[in-house]
Amino acid sequence: MDVRLNDEQTMIRDTVRDIARERIAPRAAEIDGTGDFPWDVVDLFRKHDLFALPFPPEYGGLSGSALTLNVAIEELAKVCATSALILVVQGLGGYPLMIAGTEEQKARLLPELASGAKLSAYALSEPGAGSDPAGMQTRAERHGDEYVITGSKLWITAGGVADTITVFAKTDPNERAKGVSAFVLEDAQHLKGFAANTIHGKLGIRGSNTAELQLDEVVVPAANRLGEEGDGFRIAMRVLDRSRPGVAAQALGIAQGALDYAVGYAKERKQFGKAIAEFQGIQFMVADMEAQTAAARAMVYWASQLIDDKSSDVGHFAAIAKLLAADTAMKVTTDAVQILGGYGYVNEYPVERMMRDAKITQIYEGTSQIQRIVIARDLLRG
Amino acid sequence: MSTDIGDRELGGRIAGFVDDAIVPVAAAMARGEGPTPKRIVEAAGEAGLAGILTPERFGGAGGTHGDFIRFVETVARVDASCAVILDVHLSVGTEPLLVFGNDDQKSRYLGKLARGEWLAGFALTEAGGGSDAVAMRTHATREGDAYVLDGAKAFITGAGDADLYIVMARTGEGAHGVSAFLVESAWPGVSAGTPLRKMGLHGSWTGELVLDGVRVPAANRLGVEGTGFTVAMSALDSGRVGISAQAVGIAQGALDAAVVSSRHRRDAGLDVDAIALADMEARTAAARQLTRYAAALVDAGQRVTLDAAIAKLYATDTCVAVAQSAVDLCAPESALDDHPAAVRFRDAKACQIYEGTNQIQRVVIARHLLGD
Repeated sequence: MDVRLNDEQTMIRDTVRDIARERIAPRAAEIDGTGDFPWDVVDLFRKHDLFALPFPPEYGGLSGSALTLNVAIEELAKVCATSALILVVQGLGGYPLMIAGTEEQKARLLPELASGAKLSAYALSEPGAGSDPAGMQTRAERHGDEYVITGSKLWITAGGVADTITVFAKTDPNERAKGVSAFVLEDAQHLKGFAANTIHGKLGIRGSNTAELQLDEVVVPAANRLGEEGDGFRIAMRVLDRSRPGVAAQALGIAQGALDYAVGYAKERKQFGKAIAEFQGIQFMVADMEAQTAAARAMVYWASQLIDDKSSDVGHFAAIAKLLAADTAMKVTTDAVQILGGYGYVNEYPVERMMRDAKITQIYEGTSQIQRIVIARDLLRG
Repeated sequence: MSTDIGDRELGGRIAGFVDDAIVPVAAAMARGEGPTPKRIVEAAGEAGLAGILTPERFGGAGGTHGDFIRFVETVARVDASCAVILDVHLSVGTEPLLVFGNDDQKSRYLGKLARGEWLAGFALTEAGGGSDAVAMRTHATREGDAYVLDGAKAFITGAGDADLYIVMARTGEGAHGVSAFLVESAWPGVSAGTPLRKMGLHGSWTGELVLDGVRVPAANRLGVEGTGFTVAMSALDSGRVGISAQAVGIAQGALDAAVVSSRHRRDAGLDVDAIALADMEARTAAARQLTRYAAALVDAGQRVTLDAAIAKLYATDTCVAVAQSAVDLCAPESALDDHPAAVRFRDAKACQIYEGTNQIQRVVIARHLLGD
């Protein structure tokens, strides 16, 4: 029993663990191999109501607890990082609404995300604005009761499959952060002037849809603006505080999945007449992998608990959780490949996929370098 | 940045004790010129903290392991010598009595320990048996209503200053041939060597404990004969959580020094190594949460062997790495003997060694994962 989780969280974790093992694990290699977006996994999430996890009950969600969501993400990521990301992004796309939406906007848009009837995405990055989102070029011009948005967004997870997309654009191009506003595109794939080009050739999370969005005079009703004009950057940053522990949970799951596989392998694999698990060189590697993974879990759960407690320290600990979990995923999956040796290097075994999947967690939703800047800035300010 | 846990009233008492009793002596302790270990425990007793885990009916504070680790971390942030003195007194020195002691033993000793009148020690390690406790040679021979103990214990925290030692001695062969005894330092045949000159933790006494024909009443055997190894391992499971807390405090103290130095550099227009600071903070925060988790497991009555080993391994590796970075970030002043980063750097290393080296923690963790 994990004393950090309540009964409901433990129950949901166990349920998701079973679904992941029985239904998703057998699909993981194929999803990675074809690179096709796994709509069957989306259907599975809908059937088991997993899309409800990021959302509060008043909008059709479950508990809205970040800790509950993140233990579910961890379980999914143990077997398939691509599948876990579908749930991560459903939350990511919903948070701008939850954080800054009016009652009317939330009641109108969140229930269909919580049921999974619609998929969501979050469009902040641009070709020239990654770690520096305030430098974005996408423009939103007001015309009466509408805004007209023009520009391009890059690396948008689920950008080619999502219906409800939060887009950040400059309403005042002369300002940096203060000039950014947030808008919700509904039924995005069918909007006039909207085009999503799916990006192929990724190192990992190959079944995940990653797209470049072209916005050519896309019309959005003013009623779909989140907050006031100029609130967009603040909303974007608060969303990342909330979502980074989810990416961290994905990284944690990848690490745990690789560790579990390496442990099983080390017990079975015989060399020099005994299981390689009996060699101290392997034992010490496994012990360090376990300690690092446990430390990452401690931070993911803590940051999640702080979100649930509405703590003002969330941003700081969300950055720490993301940094530690992502670096741990990279280290642990690399070591898992090492323990499997030649077998680890080929796609007949899952650990090379896990190692490839781990890398993105050090990059998206703020690179590990950006997390360090966030953390150090907090320390130096104090 | 940290968010407090545990009892609020006790938290206030801990903060007050650290300000009043630890801060004024920290620099002297680090030089080995501070008050004796017993005096530190007496001061803790005056603040009602020398028996933080001991039930109130025995004169203690009736706190949880969550309170205990908060106490150790808070002290260690200021001075690691005082932290290890208090940690050993409270955990491996007192807990075996709480867990395995009978009512007679508890009523005779717990009050004195909890009020800080007596200092407790824990004597398992020997010159030829550190990580391998089964190789123990000190033996206890039954003679009527007493046992006669002969042997020597090595690297004993508080040796020469403690009033009561929990001593592991051989009553038979193998792991089931070890028994635990409550040995008073005033008894004939008990003596201690001169405190060793250590790399760090200069305010904490460490030395040899010699047992030369010491007659220990059978009433002072802790638990059933032959269960001493169980007593010792149980004490170490929980003790390792305390060492983890000490390591977190040392890391935090080192980080505090690095932050102060970095702010000065920034204000002077110099570059600041933000990457190093962030990594120090991230690892320290994770070590703190692992330690809290392990303490919460103890409080929930769960077996903590694996999670205590994980916390100890991660937290103590962290305190050494963080202290080393602090020395780098505070250079050149940190080359001086009494610079806060230098003190932490020297003190930190012991945490990777005592209460089971980190190699032993890795063996414990690997056994859990890879064993049948």
